[in-house]
Amino acid sequence: MKELLSGNEAIARGAYEAGVTVATGYPGTPSTEILETLARFKDDVYCEWSPNEKVAFEVAAGASLSGARAIVTMKHVGLNVAADPLMTLAYTGTVGGLVAVVADDPGMHSSQNEQDTRHFARFAKVPMLEPSDSREAKEMVALGLDVSEEFQTPVILRSSTRVSHSRSLVTLSGRAARQRPLGFEKNPARFVAVPQFARGMRVRLEERLARLSEAAARSPANRIERRGRRLGVVTSGIDYQYVREVYPEASVLKLGWVYPFPNALIREFAAAVDEILIVEELDDILEQHVLALGIPCQGKTVVPRIGELSPDVLLASRAKLDGKAVPAEARTASPAATGDLPGRPPVLCAGCPHRGIYHALNKCNVVVTGDIGCYSLGALPPLSRMDTLLCMGAGVTMAHGMDKAGEPRPVVGILGDSTFFHSGITGLLDIAYNRGASTIIVVDNRTTAMTGHQPHPGTGRTLMGDPSPRVSIEDIGRACGINNVATVDPYDLKNTVRVLKGAIASEEPWLVVSRAPCLLDVRQTLGPPLRVDEEVCRECGACLKLGCPALECDGGIPRVNPLLCAGCGLCNQVCPAGAFEVEKEVAS
Amino acid sequence: MKLQPANAETVPSLRQETTSVVLAGVGGQGILLASEIVARAAMLAGLDVKTNEVHGMAQRGGSVVAQIRFGAEVFSPLLVRRTARVLGALERIEALRQFDLVAPDGLAVVSSEMIVPVTVSSGQASYPADAEARLRSAFPRLIYLDAVEIAEQLGNRRVANLVVLGAMAGELGLPDEGWQEAIRGSVKPRHVDVNLRAFAAGKEAS
Repeated sequence: MKELLSGNEAIARGAYEAGVTVATGYPGTPSTEILETLARFKDDVYCEWSPNEKVAFEVAAGASLSGARAIVTMKHVGLNVAADPLMTLAYTGTVGGLVAVVADDPGMHSSQNEQDTRHFARFAKVPMLEPSDSREAKEMVALGLDVSEEFQTPVILRSSTRVSHSRSLVTLSGRAARQRPLGFEKNPARFVAVPQFARGMRVRLEERLARLSEAAARSPANRIERRGRRLGVVTSGIDYQYVREVYPEASVLKLGWVYPFPNALIREFAAAVDEILIVEELDDILEQHVLALGIPCQGKTVVPRIGELSPDVLLASRAKLDGKAVPAEARTASPAATGDLPGRPPVLCAGCPHRGIYHALNKCNVVVTGDIGCYSLGALPPLSRMDTLLCMGAGVTMAHGMDKAGEPRPVVGILGDSTFFHSGITGLLDIAYNRGASTIIVVDNRTTAMTGHQPHPGTGRTLMGDPSPRVSIEDIGRACGINNVATVDPYDLKNTVRVLKGAIASEEPWLVVSRAPCLLDVRQTLGPPLRVDEEVCRECGACLKLGCPALECDGGIPRVNPLLCAGCGLCNQVCPAGAFEVEKEVAS
Repeated sequence: MKLQPANAETVPSLRQETTSVVLAGVGGQGILLASEIVARAAMLAGLDVKTNEVHGMAQRGGSVVAQIRFGAEVFSPLLVRRTARVLGALERIEALRQFDLVAPDGLAVVSSEMIVPVTVSSGQASYPADAEARLRSAFPRLIYLDAVEIAEQLGNRRVANLVVLGAMAGELGLPDEGWQEAIRGSVKPRHVDVNLRAFAAGKEAS
């Protein structure tokens, strides 16, 4: 049976079919849907959202050492968090197959950077597979698990935004039977990475890498497609699909098993074509390796190293390589019709509880260290009230750093509930332990909102839909040693401003929990839509500073879009004239 | 070794046999559902198909674009600029924003809805007052309709996306039964009827 599956759905299907019994991860675009899809098979596969990627990776590692097949999913920056277990699991190796699915985000559609995960394969000396569509995504999960078990190594399956979020046709199969009996077999020389044993592991790691390179050269995941002799393109992942569009006449070395490099195959390909072009998104990893083999090639001289590739980008690369003008198809539009269109960046939703906190912070003269989540949208105009964003957890710790540096203004850190559980707690512990004075706000909307509403330890339910203890952020704060803990309703602007001002003025650290559910998650509005009384409105623009998408204004008196308005009433709270009223009262 | 420039004759024309479709709008308007329906209709016609859309940050009220490509064998899920046979847009300036993707002789089906972005409301930019005139000059083949009004007459303004799909369908040459089955397979059972009627109303309006 054929189905149209996204790359992420195909990876989940591949894990199910290959007999995976443990699946873990932390949500992160573009990887999130893998575990959400796999959780539909919860009778066969144990699935969990772990508090962060390091935890998720270690849980999968434990499952592997007990003999289970496991996958762990994350976005590219998640592997930074999970790098610690990865680096040493490469030494100890696996028992049951373990595939770490890592989804890169070239072009930074939803990420803070566009790091190239291929470096991690070389860094950790573990094999990496890279599918180019959903069919390969499904098949490569099984291949990865087989390679993991045969060579006793974790395997990275690298996806990207365009692989994860493109749909293509996949043939479905049934689920494989369990491969091996469960039961951890004691073997300290393999599983206890103390120096005396790790030195032996280190030697075996290099031996294994050489064997993996030979296996990669023989693997059907890597293939030579012979067409013309004049040009040979070496490529992998989604770039392969672009190459087939833009260079239909070229021979192609299509790499699916991208690390360790299949040297024998690269040499064979080079001998069969006159010239070689390397087409790889982001860094020049393959190009540098081909050059190191002594094979001349072109690559980043014509293919950009920044941002996503696409057929258009490759058309421009092709023209550059051929010494021609860029073809009309690859050029941008006429500016007359489209040059001055207003941007439509993502914004906090109408009625979003984060808006109240940012409005309140705009009443305080503070530096705001921010974090990763929907609330990072508060950095954009007109709210413009988040001053830094580095990585998950840094909203807490950078506030403490600025505070200890003697920053002249008070510092407020802000982060979400899921981010707090991910990596905010250790920072809070640091502030209490080292006697900082910053104020930390947890904007608790009871879900992992940005990635599409995944549960977390504070929600009282698991990925598989079971009830679980609902962890209290306030209790964690007190347990960390923060004595001043307050909870506010972000829709009550007056009280929120009062509490924040008190916390900021204090010489002790404060934890302020701003609690109100994400309206998209609970699928509710807070009241009937409001409307502007045009007789009362003074056109002062105070409401427009909230950046609410339901408030539309093209000069003059603003208008409430009743289809978007969630009835939160913040606009009326900030309006000096009280010009907003509930729509149905007007009608009566 | 330096690569030699190829002769003009050896540079192949781009793969013309694949049909490319672009859907554009604002987060929450149902672009992703419409994309799924087009893809299923193509799949049910026995064709190879690929789609692409951007999730995550882009869905918080931002511009949303989906691409669908179908044919005998489809490679890239992303199309080449100026090659889309049809653009379907649920908001005026979101249609203009995708001008770049549409073939010079392509069809644009645009709903006249206007959603003012926060960049305009907060005074950083202005919404073009002449959007309709721009659409007429940008797209020689334009179907400009009030899909929301049509959807409201059917009792559910949320099916404006299906009205636009219906108006696009004639240009795509996929069998009608496939569309019907794709719609049935993509929406909740209790919404099937109104979606089918919206699709039919869009066809009527094209």
